[in-house]
Amino acid sequence: MEKRRIVQLVSALINNAYFKGFASLSIYQGQGKAVCVPVLNCYSCPGALGSCPVGAMQSLLASYKHRLSLYVIGLLTIVGAASGRLVCGWLCPFGLIQELLNRFPSPKIPLPGVLKHLKYLVLLLTLLLPVVWLNAAGLGSPYFCKFLCPAGTLEAGLPLGLLTPQLQPLLGSLFYWKLAILIIFIVLSVMIFRPFCRVLCPLGAFYALFNAFSLWRLEIAPERCVSCGICDNICPMEIAVTQNPNDRECIRCMRCIDQCPQKAIAFSRVIPLPALPERDLPAEECKS
Amino acid sequence: MSKRSLPILFIILGCLLMGAGLWHGEAGEIMLKGIHVCLECIGIG
Repeated sequence: MEKRRIVQLVSALINNAYFKGFASLSIYQGQGKAVCVPVLNCYSCPGALGSCPVGAMQSLLASYKHRLSLYVIGLLTIVGAASGRLVCGWLCPFGLIQELLNRFPSPKIPLPGVLKHLKYLVLLLTLLLPVVWLNAAGLGSPYFCKFLCPAGTLEAGLPLGLLTPQLQPLLGSLFYWKLAILIIFIVLSVMIFRPFCRVLCPLGAFYALFNAFSLWRLEIAPERCVSCGICDNICPMEIAVTQNPNDRECIRCMRCIDQCPQKAIAFSRVIPLPALPERDLPAEECKS
Repeated sequence: MSKRSLPILFIILGCLLMGAGLWHGEAGEIMLKGIHVCLECIGIG
């Protein structure tokens, strides 16, 4: 099993380590919920030990004070400025689920490029709607969680909504709407690599803004690169790595680094690579 | 401003924002939200 997969599994396990919650269909109510995790992990999941930053942010925006959470914005800024979308690729449990679904044998199709921009609109609406779309009492709602988030449906809606007798009578059109979105993304994930992360995730959109200049980022050593195109071809996020290794879509999965025969790509703090010894793989061999 | 110093500035800014949020008691507010089932998240709210 590759190193990244192990890290993803451990992260999913740690984020949802309140196993008692799954057995008792209750949620963790300890001090850990004061801590926001840097990934999309619903805090109403029976196993969740921490809080989802998107849910937490929206809850404070929707409250009667309509406060922007400096705590959450600060946390996400630190994580983004340090490594861009690294946490998407290595720590996000919902990203892991989509990747595992993508391993099912099926025709794989590319994502239409224009859809990649939609997540920035979702990010904007995630921040704006709880402040401007208010009920009679002046309160907003966490509209992303309410209408879109398939992670919440999978991690909290299905176990709690379907298995808790007191909640079952309350399930209505909203639940079925969210269930439909979850099913759509499950089906899409089999054919497209991480469709939710690339099209709708507001957290991924926020981190993406830092990809180009994050402290740790991908660097290509031009003296080593032979433009063989292997990195472009194997990138699961369909990035032209040779043209822009720090494209906003890059989740730092490092597959390009592992596969580069010239070891021309590095994920580092922009430290120049030493020159390659002459006996290493020649350019012609790589091109073939 | 160089591309190298930009992330450092953002990390410092992030630390300041996070500190200000914690000082305002946001962690407690987030905990209060997090310890109750989010009805919106499960498709009821």
